[in-house]
Amino acid sequence: MKYSSQKVAMPYFIAALALFFGQIVFGLIAGLQYLDGTFLFPDLPFNVTRMSHTNLLIVWLLMAFMGAAYYIVPEEAQTELYSPKLALVTFWVFLAAAALTLAGYLFVPYSQLAAMTGDAILPTMGRGYLEQPLPTKIGIVLVALSLLFNVTMTLIKGRKTSLNLILIGSLWGLALLFLPAFYFPDDTVKASYGWWWIVHGWVEGDWELILGALLGFILIKMTGVDREIVEKWLYIIIAMTLMTGIIGIGHHYYYIGAPAYWIWLGSIFSALEPIPFLLLVAFAFKMLLQRRREHPNKAAMLWALATPIVAFLGAGLWGFMITLAPVQYYTHGTNFTAAHGHLAFFGAYAMVSLSIISYAMPLLRGREANSPSAQRWEMTGFWIMVFSMIVITLALTGAGIVTAFLQRSGDNPLGFMQVQDKERVFFWIREFAGLGFFSGLLVYLGSFFISGEYDYASEAKQALSA
Amino acid sequence: MKTASSAQPLPGDFAIWVFIFAELLVFGVLFSAYALSRMSNAGLFDASQATLNRSYGLVNTLTLVTSSYFVARATRAIRHGRSAACGRWLGGALALGALFLAVKLLEFHDDFSRGITLSTNLFYMFYLSLTFFHFMHVVLGMVILGFVAYRTYAGAYDANRYTGVETGASYWHMVDLVWIILFALIYVLH
Repeated sequence: MKYSSQKVAMPYFIAALALFFGQIVFGLIAGLQYLDGTFLFPDLPFNVTRMSHTNLLIVWLLMAFMGAAYYIVPEEAQTELYSPKLALVTFWVFLAAAALTLAGYLFVPYSQLAAMTGDAILPTMGRGYLEQPLPTKIGIVLVALSLLFNVTMTLIKGRKTSLNLILIGSLWGLALLFLPAFYFPDDTVKASYGWWWIVHGWVEGDWELILGALLGFILIKMTGVDREIVEKWLYIIIAMTLMTGIIGIGHHYYYIGAPAYWIWLGSIFSALEPIPFLLLVAFAFKMLLQRRREHPNKAAMLWALATPIVAFLGAGLWGFMITLAPVQYYTHGTNFTAAHGHLAFFGAYAMVSLSIISYAMPLLRGREANSPSAQRWEMTGFWIMVFSMIVITLALTGAGIVTAFLQRSGDNPLGFMQVQDKERVFFWIREFAGLGFFSGLLVYLGSFFISGEYDYASEAKQALSA
Repeated sequence: MKTASSAQPLPGDFAIWVFIFAELLVFGVLFSAYALSRMSNAGLFDASQATLNRSYGLVNTLTLVTSSYFVARATRAIRHGRSAACGRWLGGALALGALFLAVKLLEFHDDFSRGITLSTNLFYMFYLSLTFFHFMHVVLGMVILGFVAYRTYAGAYDANRYTGVETGASYWHMVDLVWIILFALIYVLH
């Protein structure tokens, strides 16, 4: 840590991990509700569990991205953050808004929550990921504006690196792409357009640029490779992301009442969306091979190298499997989509967040790297979580395939609930893998409580005597 | 005897070649999709293709090929340390790029005034989206060439340092190459 104001990143990272914990708890409950529909009913209906699970995901990722921005922007700009105080106030506002919203979901019936929060004046509630009441949505915009003001002012007074421009530019993109959340027309096709501009625009466009910037920063710091080389790769990755991702939005427009040409455009361009992820893999490993130093934080390096690989599998490969229109015709809305969603969100955005946290937290706590034993715990947590998520993905894929065959095709397709019954084995596997993931998360979180720092002298001595 | 190790290294930056191959993959997929859908709609494709104005396509092909020649001359000039000449050739290539865009816009205008849209039929869907996608690549190529020209005028390149010029030139040749295939495939072959 080079500038004291970078310290404001710490509460963001801690809150992100706490919300991540909450997300997994709701995920476990939702998984159980798949097996027993009456579990916790009527206190916690499935739609509320699911909504809490997905909304916590978005909020913790946003927390992590913001923390990353407050950490990276001053260091890249070589100056203190414009206003650390504003960043802290923003943090508490965001956390309070998130907690109040979650409490609203849990303790007030959704329709009543909508009535209480002015949804009749400006309807915005009800679409997936965008369930937040109007005041929360306005709060998100204000929090984003505060972040953008703070980091942009920091950039203006400091050094302007390409990496900082990419990061801050993509944060502006994140905020602007959220604005269609306030556009919810009665026309369901138009409503879908607006919804996908946000969801697709974020995860298959803008967030990929944030991912690239975070990964680029970590790799510059950890490998000592020239920033010119890193930035060149980032430009290529960005160009390919936008080239494939923008028109790739068409894969959300199949069979919803949008013009038929989207079937072609969506299929072709989204089939190409794995390319930027493949480039990310090539980029990360090329930087590793060209490294000019051995960074003591092995755990952060593991996260950073695994991120593009798991992202390529989850976003690239699993996305590709269901993206072509003729395939999507049968797999739409099945657990195949959930499989893709889980591995893509985890591999790309959760893992890049955990990468920057892994790199920055020791520095924020005043040491270059954690002690080897703390790193071993962290890496054990890493492997358990990654392995469990892959099992979850495979189980959901199995369930999705069964649905496609039994419910979506053949001469005598079965009803939805009949098919769900036949998929119980997959839901059991998913739940056990979910418990595995949870235990991995506990091990990972436990690593933060192992004290001590990386001691060069004793590590060198040990290496020489071995 | 020539061996692999004595072969010339790739001109320009390695990263641009990664990008060029990714771009060729993208266009390759687009061209394959066009060819595959033509197989089952040959009559429709031929009838629609006959309505295209090949003169526009031909003028644009000549424009881009000439601009590629200019870019090659710019590269040769800088290798000999003649940066002023390099700048002039790049300026010429940029002007031809602008001419290409102008002609293409004129053609799009004609298409739209004939009432052609993405929804008209499968051929026009491919024609419009492929040519527009390529159009955006010409714009990107001009941004890259413009940056290289600016750096040339600023004195960043000489007989020993010209990777930037080769990098820009390599990308521009790719844009040209893709157009030549696109022109043959969409305007001519039937």
